Amino acid sequence: MSARRDPEVAEHTVPILHWFSLDRRRFLKLFGGGLLVAAASPDASAFAQESGRARQSQELPKDLAAWLHIDKDGKVTVFTGKVEVGQNIRTSLAQQVAEELRVGVDTIRMVMGDTDLVPWDAGTFGSRTTPTMGPQLRAVAATARETLLDLAAARWNVSRDGLTAAGGKITDPASKRSISYGELTRGEELVKTLPSEGATVPVTPASEWKIAGTQVPKVDGREFVTGAHRYASDMTRPGMLHGKVLRAPAYETKLTSLETARAQAIPGVKVVRDGDFAGVVAPDPHSAELALAALAATWTEPPAQPSNKTIFEYFKRNADVGEDRSEPRVKGSVDEGLKSAEVTLSKNYTVEYIAHAPLEPRAAVAEWAPAGDKLTVWTGTQRPFAVREELATAFRIPSDKVRVLVPDTGSAYGGKHTGDAAVEAARLSKAAGKPVKVVWTREEEFEWAYLRPGGLIEVKSGARKDGSLVAWEYHNYNSGPAGIGTPYDVANQKIQFHPVKSPLRQGSYRALAATANHFARESHMSELAHAVGMDPLAFRMKNLSEARLKAVFEAAAEKFGWARRKSSSGRGFGIAGGVEKGGYIALCAEVEVEGGKTGGRVRIRRVAAAFECGAIVNPNGLRNQVEGAIVQGIGGALFEAIRFENGRMLNPHFSQYRLPRFPDVPAIDLVLLDRKDLPSAGAGETPIVGLAPAVAAGIFEATGERRRGLPLEGLAT
Amino acid sequence: MASTLLTVNGKSQRVDTPPDETLLSVLRNRLDLIGTKYGCGEGQCGACMVLLDGQATPSCQTPISEAAGKKIVTIEGLAQNGRLHPVQAAFLETEAFQCGYCTSGMIVASVALLKSNPNPSPENIAETLSRNLCRCGTYLRILAAVQSAAKKGAVK
Repeated sequence: MSARRDPEVAEHTVPILHWFSLDRRRFLKLFGGGLLVAAASPDASAFAQESGRARQSQELPKDLAAWLHIDKDGKVTVFTGKVEVGQNIRTSLAQQVAEELRVGVDTIRMVMGDTDLVPWDAGTFGSRTTPTMGPQLRAVAATARETLLDLAAARWNVSRDGLTAAGGKITDPASKRSISYGELTRGEELVKTLPSEGATVPVTPASEWKIAGTQVPKVDGREFVTGAHRYASDMTRPGMLHGKVLRAPAYETKLTSLETARAQAIPGVKVVRDGDFAGVVAPDPHSAELALAALAATWTEPPAQPSNKTIFEYFKRNADVGEDRSEPRVKGSVDEGLKSAEVTLSKNYTVEYIAHAPLEPRAAVAEWAPAGDKLTVWTGTQRPFAVREELATAFRIPSDKVRVLVPDTGSAYGGKHTGDAAVEAARLSKAAGKPVKVVWTREEEFEWAYLRPGGLIEVKSGARKDGSLVAWEYHNYNSGPAGIGTPYDVANQKIQFHPVKSPLRQGSYRALAATANHFARESHMSELAHAVGMDPLAFRMKNLSEARLKAVFEAAAEKFGWARRKSSSGRGFGIAGGVEKGGYIALCAEVEVEGGKTGGRVRIRRVAAAFECGAIVNPNGLRNQVEGAIVQGIGGALFEAIRFENGRMLNPHFSQYRLPRFPDVPAIDLVLLDRKDLPSAGAGETPIVGLAPAVAAGIFEATGERRRGLPLEGLAT
Repeated sequence: MASTLLTVNGKSQRVDTPPDETLLSVLRNRLDLIGTKYGCGEGQCGACMVLLDGQATPSCQTPISEAAGKKIVTIEGLAQNGRLHPVQAAFLETEAFQCGYCTSGMIVASVALLKSNPNPSPENIAETLSRNLCRCGTYLRILAAVQSAAKKGAVK
């Protein structure tokens, strides 16, 4: 681990930048002519600038990344390293290309997450697709459109200024001539590179969108309702075997002996051992399961490791060890602020580790070329290029000898950044000499996939009796720095993230630590409002000058009827909000607590939320994301928690790890604020952060009990 | 190995399997009917649901011997001559999915529900489908899709 790194930045940084080489022969082989819009790699950009003449003679610079192709029939293919995991970007990106190219969405084919075909990409996370890939593809498509206008103008020998692009055709209104994109590109081998950075491509402003900004249905929705779509776990290859990996009984144990005779005796079974890695392959999954069960392994005793009982103390004691620490963000003086405060509060908040539990577990099919020099893997991951590196490293082969393909995946929520199943399938396939599929069991998902970090958060604050916030000190141990800052106006603040070496494997989760940090911050704001005797919404508004956040608070409160709410014993209301990854959320919740009692079971009856993320690309898709995030958030808010002890998960089954189901879902009223004057931001993550603190505040109104730990219903036993 | 006669989506066929292999494994790995999904292997998530004589049944909990002689319908068997089943059409129209991995099981469970109760209340739907997990949280859309299919008289 590098010194003083910001874990969130590190998570988003992948050092190696590869572009596939695209020479003319390859261009023809891949595309058979037509118009290609490409971008030069950083290394090739100098070359491209100097070689304008070379391009005129149709010599391609090497190292071009292809983004968009139009074939002789006018069919458009778009290449992107982003992947579809349910967030609907296959559709929303196609809409944006269709918008700029002035074609129907149905003429567009999106090639996504195939490392041999698409430009390098860091991965699909951080709500980056909409703010970065959207504009990139709009620029690419607009470049294609402008090129087509140039081509038509040259063909007709007229000025391009009067020509229009619409409906997949270029039209000259003066002569009433028109020509389709396909006719224009037929027989051509045109490569157009994107203008260099700084040069402008005329893209269509959101206020003029006709296809983007509308409720285009999911482009391949039919595949999902008919069961025809093939996820990675549905892939098959000729001669494919099924693999299973032997798992350790706990973290921090080593394989000491392995007896394989009984497993090897099952017809068609082969056992593979490589250090601590052991697995089996068989002609069918059933035999593979039997073979795995027939392995007799012994392991070293796991050392003593923390449990749920000791974990928060562990975080505090093991924070900031060695070089791995981050600096506090300081503004003014918290000490001075506290001195001027009339009301002070100091409270701790906790969050447990939780699991992503994507319904499609990790899965991969790996196939080595007969000579063993090229590896192809189909797998469900958010980071195809990172998985390519992982495979190249694991097998000590160059990364251009590895191809990773990501079929649209059965969800991820931040949980599929790694290539665990891909490496396992490739290792088994290498030994078996045949393609191998590995699909993790649910138990393996819970035990060996990584988790949303647990965390301890300490907040100390001060306010004046008129409700003005004067001091804010905030320490987050282990859960993460995302969303750690406060959007409220506080002159004196100290905010710090304290990294800890987690005893459990942890990583990204939808919205990262913003969920934990919003829970702590917004819960504390509600407590402080109560302490100064103010309405929790009025207290927030008094300390808030960020107009976009104020707007969602107002919209959510109005939709909910916040001003008219009447709490009673057993029934309470809460409000919370925040800004993260360019999205603004405010949420009101009505909750019931069984018997109005301390520790009672909680039901969320009604939620009203307002969300704003700039110009909306697909209103129905956005609504689906916001609703889905709120519903997913119910689990982490109320009942999800990994129970663990000495490196073992104690509840690795759906029967023991409760997830939100139909009866848990409240009525949800949504307000989506469409800001066509602002760039579009992503929406897959931020809407999850508002629910937990709003529900916690509602529980207080209903019972007088402050619950400061997620899940709010405590650990099930 | 045991030889079993299965009737899947109206077609009878013989499969040779170990006697305790699950119906889920047979459908997916021997008949290439991959629309039925593995989610937990414990009957807790509903991703593997198929109709067994009209009943929504987790195929991961069904040994092939129990499926013999019964009418098995999978997600692939619902559309007729390229025409979507009304429940499929309602899910598509409502966009009652995100990643789509739970969709087969949700649709199968909804078809069975509407067959036994053509006019279910929201509570009936929530209770019946509480066996099915949607991790993307599209429950409210699924509810709307089932209601819409019911309104159109999905099952006649």
